Amino acid sequence: MEITKETLLEMYRKMQLIRYFEARTKELFAAGKVPGFVHLYSGEEGIAVGVCSALRQNDYIGSTHRGHGHCIAKGGDVKYMMAELYGKETGYCKGKGGSMHIADFDLGILGACGIVGGSIPLSTGAALHFKYNGTDQVAVTFFGDGATNQGSFHESINLAAIWDLPVIFVCENNKYAESTSISSVMKVEKISERASGYGVPGITVDGNDVIAVYETTLEVVERARKGKGPTLVECVTCRHQGHYEGDSGTYRTKEMVEECKKRCPIKRLCTFLQEEGFSSKKEIEDIDKSVEKEVEAAIEFAEKSPWPKPEDALTDVFVSPYY
Amino acid sequence: MSTREILFLEAIREALREEMRRDESVFLMGEDLRIWGSPMGQLQGLWEEFGDRRVLDTPISETGFVGAGAGAAVLGSRPVVELMFIDFFGIAGDQIYNQAPKLRYMFGGRMKVPLVIRTVIGAGNSAAAHHSASVYSIIAHMPGWKCVIPSTPYDAKGLLKTAVRDDDPVMYCEHKMLVNTKGEVPEEEYTIPFGEASIKREGADVTVVALGWMVHKTLKAAEELSKEGIEIEVVDPRTIVPLDRETIINSVKKTGRLVIVDEDHERCGIGSEISAIVSEEAFRSLSAPIKRVTTPTVPIPFSPVLENAVIPNEERIVKAVREVASFA
Repeated sequence: MEITKETLLEMYRKMQLIRYFEARTKELFAAGKVPGFVHLYSGEEGIAVGVCSALRQNDYIGSTHRGHGHCIAKGGDVKYMMAELYGKETGYCKGKGGSMHIADFDLGILGACGIVGGSIPLSTGAALHFKYNGTDQVAVTFFGDGATNQGSFHESINLAAIWDLPVIFVCENNKYAESTSISSVMKVEKISERASGYGVPGITVDGNDVIAVYETTLEVVERARKGKGPTLVECVTCRHQGHYEGDSGTYRTKEMVEECKKRCPIKRLCTFLQEEGFSSKKEIEDIDKSVEKEVEAAIEFAEKSPWPKPEDALTDVFVSPYY
Repeated sequence: MSTREILFLEAIREALREEMRRDESVFLMGEDLRIWGSPMGQLQGLWEEFGDRRVLDTPISETGFVGAGAGAAVLGSRPVVELMFIDFFGIAGDQIYNQAPKLRYMFGGRMKVPLVIRTVIGAGNSAAAHHSASVYSIIAHMPGWKCVIPSTPYDAKGLLKTAVRDDDPVMYCEHKMLVNTKGEVPEEEYTIPFGEASIKREGADVTVVALGWMVHKTLKAAEELSKEGIEIEVVDPRTIVPLDRETIINSVKKTGRLVIVDEDHERCGIGSEISAIVSEEAFRSLSAPIKRVTTPTVPIPFSPVLENAVIPNEERIVKAVREVASFA
């Protein structure tokens, strides 16, 4: 299938939006504006954008602690995201979730998750719901390399396999489970090899090549929609920042991080767009400016938004009024 | 209203059959549901009626299928998931503690989780330390779970129908020693609201709050105590989240004395919670210290002699009530 200019430019815009959102979040966290834990997605944008560009709005994604990128890629509004990061009442979760718990069901975002591997069973359940109701929707569950050592991953991929559930298991392999090199916690060369243990196809793709991720996702989503079951897609990538803001990062040398930044998925697409004649430098610059404007407006919205009322801490536990 | 006598397990089956006929979004998921109809036969006949689509046999993967139940629930399904024994909650610990009950709150109340977990609780047949617990207090301690502990077939049916229709996660506990007991159940459809205690016996001298199997032991103890001239009021909360504080407190205001019979471990158990509530809210009504009759905080032992030594029995209940009744 021929990829259109419109799709390519939208992928570029979303990747830049994630990158700029994360860059500003880093600054705002350092400035004490954003409380709690923050895990930045910078460097991995090709995966979220490549995958989500191949989905429909009514397909669902389950996300991780490093979830800002997934949310933006699926169409999340950076205004409500930033307000949530600030802990404001206007945020996606009214200030009850924060960075690691953002959801928007209208956009098919099942929610980020603070537990490594914790959302994989939930996304598998979303796929069960689609199959039960005979729709052709699919669910995508994003998780890192570290999560593939959790039981929740193994149990869920097995369930999805035996029931041919329409769920795509997308592993974002950035090679480090927090500070621990993945080579010291698993014996397989490729995480995609793990799929064979469940009778599921496993594919490894360059996660920094957004077009490759997009095309692979289109194929495996089509398979899932046809009732042919799940696929494990391993997207190899690297993160530009630490595991979380405040991570000393001593487990990687400066050279390793520099090398990682050279493989930037955004620069790569930008070069492709210009060399292949899809867009002019001016078009690219216009996108960059619009993205900055959008994020700055989101920060202003968050700054000006009211705090939640303390008594609201006791609402929303149950649908019923009591807690 | 016409009634007939049926088994507790038949009451569970009837509730699920009626709800599944009424609502297409209800389905069953768990281990050994099809051939066995779950290990104690509660679901026998449902697979035959509703087929593979609505009765799902799972692998032995509690994390996977409890989580999948929660995920399907947030999108609008109403899964009734079976956790074979409450002792197994830890196998699905992250989904039971961090996911299902917290999702609605974390996401600012923008979605609901109409998930029911049916599970078996209780000691009584030497099933030992991995198949005998009554740790519903742990569930009640977690934000986001409602928790049901029925003691009769009538309560079992009405409360299970309410659980299936409820929009929040519900842990529904079936006591293994009650599953084959009989009781009167109406022919007509009915439901029982959560948070309404049932007074199983009226009495003016001592209030005894009891749950599940303990209700029956307490009712037996009541006969003996009655011979001695002590009339106890037996209050069965039926749901511990939400808890009907009002009925308990009103009963204590009448009797001035309270004993709590709870099969869960004593330390930080629901018995401690009820005791604290009454101390805080009805202190001046109390004529005697509150007494708990519970299972000590030890794993449930295997040998019948050891098991009987830890599970509350009529003798311990009678003794506790006598002490409270005679306190001057």
